[in-house]
Amino acid sequence: MIDNVHTDVESLSAETAPGTVFDQYAAEGVLAYQRCGGCRHAVFPPRVLCPSCGCDDLAWQPSAGHGTVYSATVIAPRGKEPYTVALIDLDEGFRMMSTVTAGDGSAVAIDDHVRVEFRPAGEDAPLPVFVLETAR
Amino acid sequence: MSTSERALRGRAAIVGVAESSLGEVGPGISSLDLIGQATVRALADAGLSKHDIDGLFTHSAFFSQPVLTTAEYLGIRPRFADGTATGGSSFVGHLWHAAAAIEAGLCEVALIAYGSTQRSNGGGLVASGAALTRSWETPYGPRMPASAYALAAARHMHEFGTTREQLAEVAVAARQWAKLNPQAFVQDDLTVDDVLSSRMVSSPLTVRDCCLVTDGGGAVIVTSAERARDLPKPPAYILGAGEATWHMNISQMPDLTTTAAQDSGRRAFDIAGVGPQDIDLVELYDAFTINPILFLEDLGFCAKGEGGAFVSDGAIAPGGSLPVNTNGGGLSYCHPGMYGILLVIEAVRQLRGEAGARQVDRHSLALAHGNGGTLSSQVTAILGDESTL
Ligand SMILES: [Zn+2]
Repeated sequence: MIDNVHTDVESLSAETAPGTVFDQYAAEGVLAYQRCGGCRHAVFPPRVLCPSCGCDDLAWQPSAGHGTVYSATVIAPRGKEPYTVALIDLDEGFRMMSTVTAGDGSAVAIDDHVRVEFRPAGEDAPLPVFVLETAR
Repeated sequence: MSTSERALRGRAAIVGVAESSLGEVGPGISSLDLIGQATVRALADAGLSKHDIDGLFTHSAFFSQPVLTTAEYLGIRPRFADGTATGGSSFVGHLWHAAAAIEAGLCEVALIAYGSTQRSNGGGLVASGAALTRSWETPYGPRMPASAYALAAARHMHEFGTTREQLAEVAVAARQWAKLNPQAFVQDDLTVDDVLSSRMVSSPLTVRDCCLVTDGGGAVIVTSAERARDLPKPPAYILGAGEATWHMNISQMPDLTTTAAQDSGRRAFDIAGVGPQDIDLVELYDAFTINPILFLEDLGFCAKGEGGAFVSDGAIAPGGSLPVNTNGGGLSYCHPGMYGILLVIEAVRQLRGEAGARQVDRHSLALAHGNGGTLSSQVTAILGDESTL
């Protein structure tokens, strides 16, 4: 997988569509994001222009997959296991929603350090989820 | 701020308001029936007829082209139509759009209308439109919209030490106002402990931190200040408004403790030429208990981070220092999916002195604040009686 694919707005195709490229990386166990060549903004979710400066010079980068919990909520559906939905600030400077699991069943707290894992999703691309990082 | 935007101050007024049947209207009644019912009542309140309406402003999750469906049902042929869809805040936005359209001569009598039978249709929020674009949130199972507001509440608690008790105070104050409003859907006693011990929906929010799921609707008639003076009810002048949109998805909101109400409020106050200290009563979109805390901060009624303390000890309840959500709000009075039109109606009733047992003593200047999406769209309107012109 090439680490520096540029989004080409002029020749957008099903194969190069930003969401597709993200999924291709995910299939290889890489959490990818886009870095703006114009203003260095870290872009997520994937798109064809930089929401910060507006230019279309976006290059795909692999994230190291380490982040910090910005906020978290526990949802306890009746008759099902509770789960945590969190907003994760990745070290590279982008934020995403995900789920965090703490191995020992303890609660996930704001400012906890987490790292990405990929959860199989059937016919869809694997889903990036997070686990608590005990030591960093 | 352009000169022309400021020139809208006081140029249009609300001359008729009405709710439809509220709560649980039962099977067979459609959202359009509620729009029709509210429109008939609002026109009677305004002393106008259906034939006077030449501008239509509406939004709905029940039909994909709300303006067309609503115009057909009402039998009107508006020469100006606006279907701005910013979620629950839409109708506060429509108010400002109507003022601008009337000033520009695009229409003379504007109807803003909404109806929803979401409760009778089986509860749960009716989502606006089909999701044909990929969501980067849905795969993780957030319970929307509650989880978005829960994430904001959790962050506010983390940064400022806001407590679950302080969140609960918002629900308790709303219930105390609701007890004074015969139209309110729930009127039972509610304590801070009741809120804390209720079923957790998405931590830290329990079911009592979340708005009601009801049927309901409303209609608001707006016309020029000149024409308003010839009509039976005292006009509620539109003194200023501001709209701000920063994001749609909660994961794209840069700072969960600061909303776009900072922008919308600043611009509304600037146009109206007043400040928070001048406002007699406040109607805030309280879909969740964290909302009024965020909005009181962002609109300048207290400093950032102090909203939890501000709402405590009954300060926003009847008899408190600032009347907030005097109808009982979305938490205890009515929340038909989108609540924005109902907070405008309550502000007008208070300005006119028509609010019965819940009427506040000083009622010349009101602030109505709409919220849409997941803390996404923020729209602030400032309304005043004749003395504020
Ligand atoms: Zn850029």
